[in-house]
Amino acid sequence: MHWADFFYMGGRGFYVWGSFGVFTVAIAAEIVLLRLRVRRAANYAHQAHE
Amino acid sequence: MSLFKYSSPATFYPLAGKLWPWFAGLAGVLTLAGSYLAFFVAPTDFQQGDVYRILYIHVPLAVMGMFIYLIMAGYGVMALTLNTRLSSMMMEALAPTGALFTALALWTGSLWGRPTWGTYWVWDARITSTLLLLFLYVGYIALTQAIDDKKRADKAGALLVIVSSINVPIIYFSVKWWNTLHQGSSVSLAGNSIASPAMRWALLAMTFACWMYSIAMALVRVRAIIVERERGAAWLMKGGGE
Repeated sequence: MHWADFFYMGGRGFYVWGSFGVFTVAIAAEIVLLRLRVRRAANYAHQAHE
Repeated sequence: MSLFKYSSPATFYPLAGKLWPWFAGLAGVLTLAGSYLAFFVAPTDFQQGDVYRILYIHVPLAVMGMFIYLIMAGYGVMALTLNTRLSSMMMEALAPTGALFTALALWTGSLWGRPTWGTYWVWDARITSTLLLLFLYVGYIALTQAIDDKKRADKAGALLVIVSSINVPIIYFSVKWWNTLHQGSSVSLAGNSIASPAMRWALLAMTFACWMYSIAMALVRVRAIIVERERGAAWLMKGGGE
């Protein structure tokens, strides 16, 4: 199987990659946002400590 | 004692810290294995062609979207009856991932429906009740954020989730109770389905990947929530728990 065929997905590439693409971006966004929240929470705790 | 030991935020905080990397690692491995099976091993469907591969994320996302809401309702019951603070924190930790999964289930279902049914959206029983589930997640988050008194916010949120969890069996049975455009399961895990073993394994791997991911995210998020809420507590000040 060639990569062009793989991305073409039998003519349904828009739907398949539109699904998996948005899924991947959304999961990555959740992970990044949670990391920011954890860092912010750690700063709070640090401030409260001082 | 032993049963309730980990219901205290102070003891759960370090435990969650130790556990989440394992769940995250499992989620990563299962996602890689599941994606490989879904794209390179599972055959093209003879009716739907390649677009059916969307179902390898659509189904796990929809299932976990419903399941997380039931878990939240379970924590809600504990919060109201046993008055454990950690239960409410776990509800808060689970809600964003549940909402995201439900939104993604609707998104991927829509992109699957267009080439398969000829429409992005239809107001049938299953799709409408799943949209309601998304609104309930958002409603829970909004309600608990809007009330300043944390104890009252927790109680109101728990009550909302417990009462509205009736929507989950409605989603599940909707394809049997009503004549819906949304079909019942076509890639069933039960032995009598038309799916090939590769299809079943791909779906199973992706479902467990979403499950492990939800647990990892909830454990990390609950740690942030514990720090946010227990700011100034003696055990945190001592750099405790770690």
